[in-house]
Amino acid sequence: MNLHAYLASAARERSGHAAVVAQGHKALDYRGLDALSDRLRDRLVALGVAPGDRVGLCVPKSADSVAALYAVLKCGAAYVPVDATAPAGRNAFILADCGVRAVLVEAAAADALVEALAELGAGPSALRLEGVGDGSGLAAALDAADAAGEAQATETVEAAADDLAYILYTSGSTGKPKGVEITHRNATSFVEWAHGALGTGADDRFSSHAPFHFDLSIFDLYVAAKSGATLVLVGEEAGKEPVGLARLIAAERISVWYSTPSVLSLLVQYGKLETLDLSSLRLVLFAGEVFPIVHLAALKELLPDPVYFNLYGPTETNVCTYYRIPERVAEGRVEPYPIGVVCDHLAARVVDEGGADVEAGSEGELVISGPAVTRGYWGLAELTAASRLEGDGAVVWYRTGDLVVEEEGGNYRFVGRRDRMIKKRGFRVELGEIEACLSRFPLVREVAVVALEGEDGVRVKAHLATGDGGRISLLKLKPFCAEHLPLYMVPDAFAFHEALPKTSTDKIDYQALLALEGE
Amino acid sequence: MVPKEQIQASVKQFILSEFLSGEDADELEPTTPLVSAGILDSIATLKLVTFLEEQFSVQIEAHEADVDHLNTVEDISNLVLSKL
Repeated sequence: MNLHAYLASAARERSGHAAVVAQGHKALDYRGLDALSDRLRDRLVALGVAPGDRVGLCVPKSADSVAALYAVLKCGAAYVPVDATAPAGRNAFILADCGVRAVLVEAAAADALVEALAELGAGPSALRLEGVGDGSGLAAALDAADAAGEAQATETVEAAADDLAYILYTSGSTGKPKGVEITHRNATSFVEWAHGALGTGADDRFSSHAPFHFDLSIFDLYVAAKSGATLVLVGEEAGKEPVGLARLIAAERISVWYSTPSVLSLLVQYGKLETLDLSSLRLVLFAGEVFPIVHLAALKELLPDPVYFNLYGPTETNVCTYYRIPERVAEGRVEPYPIGVVCDHLAARVVDEGGADVEAGSEGELVISGPAVTRGYWGLAELTAASRLEGDGAVVWYRTGDLVVEEEGGNYRFVGRRDRMIKKRGFRVELGEIEACLSRFPLVREVAVVALEGEDGVRVKAHLATGDGGRISLLKLKPFCAEHLPLYMVPDAFAFHEALPKTSTDKIDYQALLALEGE
Repeated sequence: MVPKEQIQASVKQFILSEFLSGEDADELEPTTPLVSAGILDSIATLKLVTFLEEQFSVQIEAHEADVDHLNTVEDISNLVLSKL
């Protein structure tokens, strides 16, 4: 079984059914999506892409980019999606790190990306797309390439279950992003579980809110295809604007919604939901961070009919536990809901630091095994080894780094993190990556970045030692960060010190910095 | 008709007091990038839109609340001006 088999089967059985809808464009049906991805497959092969290769995608979300990722899979290669709005230097690092053979890039971002790649000594073939939306931009780029020399027709490669399907880069604590390698088996085991457990069908209309470089997109893309359903794309800009987003859900009659809680919190506070007919919604799924109970309760009050699920899981396992939110949120409840029980295709344990099972009801680290557990990080063998429990023979237990408690009934409750990774609007952020960036700012002598919990989610605060304790203008600091980091990693607040507090072993005292907040 | 300078001054004052307290006002120029530089995040942008709608009695459309229309004090003022 492989991921592109879902498209093949939908194209056979649901050929004229809308597969992808991009806002402001006509729908692309399954037959059209299949044919367009076949054409790009042939072009990629002509550019030298072979089974086992990687292909970068730096294209805004569109029917064109959906066709592109299927085309890469049909070559037997793995796609590497990057955030088209992130700094070119960071994207170039990612694409050079995994040695992409070719890259599809939107014309506006192309020069900066190609230049940044060349600085790293990488020169993959670049296919430039202009004006993406309903697939015609990609078709035009292929026409232009064909005019210079027709690509030979090729056959789709039936990738094996253990072949790599895609690589998703997440924040790395050393200051460089790290690539999680996901095989076809990893992804399809999740898709099969989700399709069965959530009961999605051909009449559903799925939202595609998460960008393709974020693992929530795997549910949107492939559970929709497995269901033979329609995928409604939500662009990067539209996704942040609650009034427009709420109108889109109503106008497109979306039935299966999946996003981070941050987006739902914005929708409930600013989306004017009470003015709209949102009766099409039957499933509301959220994942990626804790949903503040006040916003979840308000949402259920406004939209009582859909079934709500809290899904949990890191990119390294995709969703591994799930929890159905009760019909009624008990009045006065402040505690967030649990992350739930382990999914049927996986197994879970709670262990102590030595890897031994803790007593039932005690706090420990959640570890996961099963077909969705990914094989590791691209080119980082040590980090891969450190992410697993040692000495369990043939069974790989992935260490999530999340501390949980198993409650009665088998539900896990999230307690906190074992390390310095946080979730910001659902995105993984290693505080160390932000520190590595800020330490390069000329006036900064020491830096420590902390996460603060608030009513509206997590805020990131950077403490900087500037020698004389003088402040540096935010109008200089924030743009500097935005040049090197994705926007969600730019700190929300800064504080300035002569020197940072130290522990007795002369390390930065993070507890002392957190304690400053109470003052 | 409200002159453009007055709109700019009012927008600048709002951004300085709401999102950049303690900053030197001279550092915020009409062309300083705000959204693309991480100075205005999505919630700040929503607050700014509410301010503009109330202050100038204009309606900002959902699709206008983005980096293309709100990235600088100059962009923001032009958007308001186009609606007066």
